[in-house]
Amino acid sequence: MSPLLQGVLTIIIGVGGCVGYFFASNLILDKIIFPPQTVNPGKNINRANMVRPWLFLLPALSALSLYLLYPVVGSFYRSLFNRSGEEFIGFGNYRTMFADDGFQTALLNNFLWVLFVPAAATFLGLLVAQLTDRLAWGNIAKSIIFMPMAISFVGASLIWKFVYANNPDIGLINAIRDSFGAAPLDPLQLPFWNNFFLMFILVWIQTGFAMVILSAALRGIPEETVEAAIIDGANPFQVFFRIKVPQIMGTIVVVWTTITILVLKVFDIVYTMTGGNFGTEILPSYMMAYMFRDDGRATAVAFVIMIIVLPVMIWNIRQARAEMR
Amino acid sequence: MDNIAGTKPALTWVVHISVVLLVVLWLIPTVGLLVSSFRDRDQISATGWWLSPFPVEQNYQVKAPAGDVTVDGDRNVIEGNVFGDGEGTVSRFGGKRAAPTEFKAGDTAQLRKDRTLSVQRDGSYVYTSPAAIKRDPSIYFAAESPPDFSLDNYRTIMASDNMDRAFINTLTVTIPATIIPILIAAFAAYALAWMDFRGRGFLIALVVGLLVVPLQLALVPLLTLHNKVGIGQSFLGIWMAHTGFGLPLAIYLLRNYMVGLPRDIIEGAKVDGATDFQVFTKIVLPLSFPALASFAIFQFLWTWNDLLVAKVFLPSNSESWVMTVKIADDLLGSKGGDWGILAAAAFISIAVPLIVFFTMQRYLVRGLLAGSVK
Repeated sequence: MSPLLQGVLTIIIGVGGCVGYFFASNLILDKIIFPPQTVNPGKNINRANMVRPWLFLLPALSALSLYLLYPVVGSFYRSLFNRSGEEFIGFGNYRTMFADDGFQTALLNNFLWVLFVPAAATFLGLLVAQLTDRLAWGNIAKSIIFMPMAISFVGASLIWKFVYANNPDIGLINAIRDSFGAAPLDPLQLPFWNNFFLMFILVWIQTGFAMVILSAALRGIPEETVEAAIIDGANPFQVFFRIKVPQIMGTIVVVWTTITILVLKVFDIVYTMTGGNFGTEILPSYMMAYMFRDDGRATAVAFVIMIIVLPVMIWNIRQARAEMR
Repeated sequence: MDNIAGTKPALTWVVHISVVLLVVLWLIPTVGLLVSSFRDRDQISATGWWLSPFPVEQNYQVKAPAGDVTVDGDRNVIEGNVFGDGEGTVSRFGGKRAAPTEFKAGDTAQLRKDRTLSVQRDGSYVYTSPAAIKRDPSIYFAAESPPDFSLDNYRTIMASDNMDRAFINTLTVTIPATIIPILIAAFAAYALAWMDFRGRGFLIALVVGLLVVPLQLALVPLLTLHNKVGIGQSFLGIWMAHTGFGLPLAIYLLRNYMVGLPRDIIEGAKVDGATDFQVFTKIVLPLSFPALASFAIFQFLWTWNDLLVAKVFLPSNSESWVMTVKIADDLLGSKGGDWGILAAAAFISIAVPLIVFFTMQRYLVRGLLAGSVK
């Protein structure tokens, strides 16, 4: 069967199955298990209403537990076993991994990514949001800066290959160097700095995200506070840094953490641009290097990523709970 | 607030110029890719894409056919045109491989063994030799060819490289993986927004927590599970994986939106005797259309652009490659130096998301604003 046909069939079965499940389960609940037309209709309706939320939640909860909750435990469990998965070796995978040069480089580079990308993307996003705020053509400018959000990391990497390429007739950077008479160099092979060339691709993609959210936050600032500051003689820079930024600090933190989480997931850029060579490996790409070869090591890397993410997760949950109260 | 004191004209100009600079910086790489995808492959390697509107000077070599020799007095002469039947402008020419652009067009070059060669700007040449000409003599010249834009790269990649197959595979992965989570999530979001039951707060916190669980964690255990239950690496497997991974965001977005719906409408309907099922399908679902649309766009972009999940959950044979895998694992290796083909392939893969992005930007922005934990 061709995959396309299989896809159409899956949509029909999936959508039909969902609708059928929700409709039928509600019907059974109301008509058969707890019918309201008996001796005690009120009690039955109450009972049915206690069960109903779980009918609504059942498919989502089962999918979430299977595809996201179980893997947290399953990955940790698997990481305690050796390569073939037969021998229990405790934290052996973690020990060999932390002793591995490649892992140390990846961890260090990942640290750089986590420091640089969210900071740069948030800063540029804030800058663009503020600059375009009162511009007549601001929306067009925003659209263009937002556009890379729609492009895949693989596509973006290819786009940037046309900037970084070694050949001065292809790569923009080397063309500029060439016009000053400098010899071409490969930006992706410059030790240490090549990481930043890769990071900039992600900054290019994520600035639009930061800009959209921060721009909305800037619009939400009460005008009176800004007007009052201007009447008191504040110059535009003071208005921005002393009045506006403190009021949107909460949103800045949200944008920052969201991008931080993303940085820990993206392996595509390193994979496509350098394949982890020239000292550019990061944890997600280091993990993919072991995927299919050594599941014990791969899950151990994944679990390290999980531990790095954990503080953000806890903070998010606390924020969400505080908001609900 | 434009007229408030404190706005200086000089500062306004600085703002305009910096925004223009940023926009140009953001746009240039993509423009480079787009322009390169339409350029002729030889021209790409001859000049940068930023010079593409100008004629390209390239070096060529042709053979003057020795069979066309005519005898003029004591010399053997070959006459012809370096462009054959085509057109072009010769700027320089030469008779040796070592110095292919030694002479200016229109000059007459003295070659070894008393031979002469002259090439005019329009390409017509005269080659003379006192001795008989046995082998075809080579003529080297530099000619300006006009900018050559065409769809050739796109034709090549679609026809010969299985890219059409990869495009269809991407589509096959994307559409069910976008539609199915929406429905599952919508019911759950309604329960979390408008139904009262014990444990609701905990479940919401759980969804928020799962939002940031790194995907990497799920790869090995789930692939093992899929292999055990017989799904293996297949389209079915990737649809289920994408559904699972997309659910937290879907539930979170939809719940945030549904909570904001006016309480009066929903309670009014319940007082009138509507069941939760009816309230959901007849009132909440239609009213939540903007949130549904935002999530659909997110999930579409994410699944279309995904490389990680496709690499792990789809079979690794070329028949089931999606476009991202095709580009990253195949084209970058086999066509590494063929920039025109690479650019065309990349553009094919980003065209659909870009169209979706520009037509539905409104919903995307709204979704982003609702989706970040405030």
